Amino acid sequence: MQGSIQVSPRPDVQYLLRIGDTALVLGQRISEWTGHAPVLEEDIALANMALDLIGQCRAVLAHAGALEGAGHDEDQLAFLREERDYRNVTLVELPRGDFAFTVVRNTMMATFFKLLWEKLAHSKDAELSAIAGKAVKEARYHQQHAADWLLRLAGGTEESRRRTGKALESLWRYHPELFASDAIDEQAHTSGLGPRWGELREAWLAEMQQVLDEAGLAVPASSAFLSTGKTGVHSEHMGTLLTELQYLQRAYPGGVW
Amino acid sequence: MVTRTERAWEVLAEVLDPEVPALSVRDLGIVRDVIDHGAELEVVLTPTYSGCPATEVIEASVLSAIEAEGLGPARATLQRAPAWTTDWISEDGKRKLREYGIAPPLHVIPAEAGTQAVPIRIFGRKADTVPCPHCGSSITERTSAFGSTACKSLYRCLACREPFEYFKPL
Repeated sequence: MQGSIQVSPRPDVQYLLRIGDTALVLGQRISEWTGHAPVLEEDIALANMALDLIGQCRAVLAHAGALEGAGHDEDQLAFLREERDYRNVTLVELPRGDFAFTVVRNTMMATFFKLLWEKLAHSKDAELSAIAGKAVKEARYHQQHAADWLLRLAGGTEESRRRTGKALESLWRYHPELFASDAIDEQAHTSGLGPRWGELREAWLAEMQQVLDEAGLAVPASSAFLSTGKTGVHSEHMGTLLTELQYLQRAYPGGVW
Repeated sequence: MVTRTERAWEVLAEVLDPEVPALSVRDLGIVRDVIDHGAELEVVLTPTYSGCPATEVIEASVLSAIEAEGLGPARATLQRAPAWTTDWISEDGKRKLREYGIAPPLHVIPAEAGTQAVPIRIFGRKADTVPCPHCGSSITERTSAFGSTACKSLYRCLACREPFEYFKPL
């Protein structure tokens, strides 16, 4: 078995881990659809979106490792941390659910990532800005694709509409975590590394509202619940996800393609 | 006299993209620069998609082609900014794509090229009208937003009934 690594608590490194880990875990969840999607075209689409996310994650984690300067590469960062050291939002680690659940989550997350990459494209960090310049184009396409499906499912059969509404209800309460800014956001804002995630809230809500209005679905009521994945306190689903994600590196230390 | 970098550019015109073997890496527009450092040759490449699995293969084949010509040692560096766009595919490359049966990308809409905020467009949005690479008809329809690779989508021609892939403008 390969031992775990410890990563610096430096705010700039942590800020990048939040971005990289959120892309990584969402990519992992989406990739679970490979071979299982309802239609072949969507199987291919989901695999491609997962690939984009893993690619974005790879670039961000590689950069986080370089900033940290402790010799951690992107593979070590992705595969050799303990659960509590992952900084993804809880929303992305929830099991993939049915297709409606995946479509609603992808709409929420692609909208978020699009807005985030747009801001990060103006980061004072040249490497992060370059990564974002590429990723924003991919996120835009993901958002359009996911929103297309959301409308189709909401306007489809009674059953597809019911499932879409149900998915929205269960996912919505995880969105506040995306915009709960803290000291790490503040530091990123001050240094010019990136925006406080909370700054994206208004634009995100407006775009989600637009999609949901068109779909004829009501924005669910807000609740006091606040998930905590970004601080390393994850849901019960994270452990099983990591078991699968990390298996190869743990069993075959240092294995490369 | 032909310089080392000029010879390297010639070699790169023969290095094919593993996913779209109709195109060389030069046709694809991913070679930014070739720099002669004396001791070694540096080839600057720009990746197409963040998660493109062909990136490593391309790097390796670029380096081995250059070294096989005796121009090495060479190393490849990645330059992410400015981000690659399909507008960098050469005219010759677009012709080769069409002959290969893949519809070449239309021009990128300026609003989508930059990194400024773009309002979500989910309503009344129509897929591009893409001429069929087989018969040239414009009566085609999109069957899937994604194709065999992230860079392509699937279309079919309603005139000649043939399916084809479309290289998405990015």
